[in-house]
Amino acid sequence: MGNDATRVVITGLGATTPLGGDAPSTWQAMLAGRSGVRKVTDEWAQRLPCQIAAPAAVEPTTVIDRVQARRLDRCEMFALVAAREAWADAGSPDVDPLRLGVVVASGIGGIGSVLSAYDTLREKGWQRLSPFTVPQLMPNGSAGWISLELGARAGVHTPVSACASGAEAIGYGIDMIRSGRADVVVAGGTEAAILELNVGAFAAMRALSLRNDEPERASRPFDKGRDGFVLGEGAGIIVLESETHAVRRGARVYAAAAGAGYSGDAHHIAQPDPEGAGATLAMRRALEAAGVAPEQVAHVNAHATSTPAGDVVEAQAIAAALGAAAAGVVVSATKSMTGHLLGGAGAIESVASILALNEQTAPPTINLDDPEDDLGVEIAVKPTDLRSRGSAPMAVINNSFGFGGHNVAVIFTAA
Amino acid sequence: MAMTQEEILAGLSEIIDEIAGVPADEVTPDKTFVDDLDIDSLSMVEIAVAAQDKFGVEIPDDQLKDLKTVQDVIDYVGRASVSA
Repeated sequence: MGNDATRVVITGLGATTPLGGDAPSTWQAMLAGRSGVRKVTDEWAQRLPCQIAAPAAVEPTTVIDRVQARRLDRCEMFALVAAREAWADAGSPDVDPLRLGVVVASGIGGIGSVLSAYDTLREKGWQRLSPFTVPQLMPNGSAGWISLELGARAGVHTPVSACASGAEAIGYGIDMIRSGRADVVVAGGTEAAILELNVGAFAAMRALSLRNDEPERASRPFDKGRDGFVLGEGAGIIVLESETHAVRRGARVYAAAAGAGYSGDAHHIAQPDPEGAGATLAMRRALEAAGVAPEQVAHVNAHATSTPAGDVVEAQAIAAALGAAAAGVVVSATKSMTGHLLGGAGAIESVASILALNEQTAPPTINLDDPEDDLGVEIAVKPTDLRSRGSAPMAVINNSFGFGGHNVAVIFTAA
Repeated sequence: MAMTQEEILAGLSEIIDEIAGVPADEVTPDKTFVDDLDIDSLSMVEIAVAAQDKFGVEIPDDQLKDLKTVQDVIDYVGRASVSA
């Protein structure tokens, strides 16, 4: 049985992103500073002010069995692809099904299926709706399919907190192990929302970059020229495991999942608190939950989406949360390369954070030509060696914030 | 126009391959959908709708639940297409 002192480690990583069809190719592309943002050539984009996005590098239908793909929403395909990679990467653990959990989140869920099913309903009638429509559109569908594939029976969960969902799923997974409900948890997030409705709706909020002529330059967190985020798609999944279970089976350990901190802004449904109080509080609570001192933190993978309102507030919140220790930290905004995967963001950025810790290298923030003046923290513009930073055991923080005022910070420490 | 049993089987096999991924050579008249071909009730609904498009024969839900084997469907479609 677990307790608050149970150490949780990461033994498997999986991702399918705008930069690559798996975690290693995504990570290599990040280190190379590649952008996954492209011009959207679909006919619907011509009707919208934003015509750029970061589509998945590998079409999921090329790796998912044809018959299974018929029954899945695109976000469920991404989740399954990433979960299979993470599970294999963990060595396909032999675990009691009653002690295996799944926590996979999505910000929006099967929105592509909602839209196509609605078209079918109006054009052809209810009889022509796929009987799999409901499992395709429900946000917990990805978690359900993964649990079926792995036979996971400890519990199947889907936290929904917009763009914080993926990070919240990992926090929930850590709690499942600490509270003694599971020995192994497959956790992460997925999103597939590059669709006319979503792009139109985010454009209606004036949240998207309209730098249509320079797609690869459009996502530019912390840069004075930033004008909004770029929508991305894909999934990230990690395998969390109690250290005892991992050691017993001789598993390779990437890092420890030391803890997560949460807060609510209670400020505005979609705008960040200009004081950053909620973000600071989430990071402080994460440090406390993880038992990590600010001096241990070498690197922060920021939420930083490239919107005018959010990035500077977050940088200042990092400085506030870490105090004097912020001087030794290097911050990366990998959304500059992947775009914003909404409910998948916290998950793929956790994968990046874990690999940064494991390889002691922070990925770059691209397009940072003219940084904001008063950030208060150092931003990595090239791959940055972490070895001289952070007292042992080295810690990294992954921040994720979501519309609704959700703030989640997850901390990973060197194993 | 009436279809032969062979024609119905061939058409049904195509549908089952498309929807459930069961290769045509495994779809023989004696097979049961649930136990032999591992086709669940949701996929049976899809197969019934596809059969309606292909054969012009509607299979109402109260009839569908009684169609346990491939031969049952062949017989049903054969009878209905004769009377249509």
